[in-house]
Amino acid sequence: MGVFAVTPGTAVMWLISLTLIYLAISKKYEPLLLLPIGFGILLANLPLTGLMVPGEGLIWRFYHYGIEWEVIPPLIFLGLGALTDFGPLLSQPRLIFLGAAAQAGVYVTFFAATSFGFTLEEAATIGIIGGADGPTTIFLAAKLAPQLLGACAVAAYSYMALVPIIQPPIMRLLTTGNERRIRMKKGRKIGAREKLFFPIAATIVIILLVPASAPLIAMFMLGNLFRESKVVDRLTDAAQNSLMNIVTIFLGISVGATMNAENFLRKDVLFIFFLGLVAFIIGTATGVILAKIMNLFTSNKINPLIGGAGVSAVPMAARVVQRMGVEADKKNNLLMFAMGPNIAGVIGTVIAAGIFLTLLK
Amino acid sequence: MAQEVLAALSGNIWKVSVEVGDSVEEDDEVFVVEALKMEIPVYAPCDGTISEIKVKKGDAVEEDDVLAVIE
Repeated sequence: MGVFAVTPGTAVMWLISLTLIYLAISKKYEPLLLLPIGFGILLANLPLTGLMVPGEGLIWRFYHYGIEWEVIPPLIFLGLGALTDFGPLLSQPRLIFLGAAAQAGVYVTFFAATSFGFTLEEAATIGIIGGADGPTTIFLAAKLAPQLLGACAVAAYSYMALVPIIQPPIMRLLTTGNERRIRMKKGRKIGAREKLFFPIAATIVIILLVPASAPLIAMFMLGNLFRESKVVDRLTDAAQNSLMNIVTIFLGISVGATMNAENFLRKDVLFIFFLGLVAFIIGTATGVILAKIMNLFTSNKINPLIGGAGVSAVPMAARVVQRMGVEADKKNNLLMFAMGPNIAGVIGTVIAAGIFLTLLK
Repeated sequence: MAQEVLAALSGNIWKVSVEVGDSVEEDDEVFVVEALKMEIPVYAPCDGTISEIKVKKGDAVEEDDVLAVIE
């Protein structure tokens, strides 16, 4: 009987599972992900089920064919691409730099983690949490450090949910009231044709530069091409909604099920959460600081708040910017400006992951 | 002098807070636009009376579309 195989470790995991389920349902913290992840953790820690037994278990199959085979994260990116409007980025291309700056958090943490004794592969996986991008974190973890996948994914999704709590104090600390009140000049209008060519051109350029980013970038840009082509609304809709929902179910439960007591209840995991948070904070700060530096060289001022949106939590980070902008000046709507660095941040994190893969694999 | 109320950003009209004939003061909320699941108020650019409303709840608007006219 399973009852006799319960260990203190599995009981602790049940508590973690129930906490995530509680946060998902009553606090609405990323419920679409944390609910199935929470339930997956519970299942993984019920003894003798065989659900995660390689070659046999039901959830092992989800995990193996979905995540190990790199199917699910690229499919999520297909949906994200179909949901993304590159307009805000194209109308002010200089904002790309803010999305790139935020990746500093990823690299700083990578080096920090290696000095704490993690292997290079593990350190890269931990660093990428700083992008606060779930699917990219899972993609990289599955390839470089599968033993950390569960912890890193939960950390990435938790920080995504905590964006509105973690970011504002940092952004407030680094900006003055006058800077937060800066009203930005609108960029130029972007035509339909330009939006149509962008995903094709971006695919060619990015994949030529960082071939290892191809699975995610290719699917992201394909989704975006669906959207901007305006001739395959059914596919765009499927990618954005039904397909995305289906793969989210399998992603959540598989990620949760990797978190059994012996994998998760280690000192390392606390470090992972801590280092991931540091990565995220540094990413936010460097975005804001770079915006301030860019302001030294241009008369067309950037509101430095939007630098905080360079991390890839879309659109949570952009919402934080909007909220802080109207707090300083109620007519200052920064939302669309913030979407520029925010989208650049997503691409930036994927490129950072691609670079790690190229160097470490 | 007539002045136009412009959409501050692209999104959907979430709420029309005024009716034709209402008098408004500068910075009164006249519309709420919803974008990326955020409700963003659009304020009156000047004092006056609403002479025309060009959109209704649920309409999709682009940045700088004229939403209403204030006399």
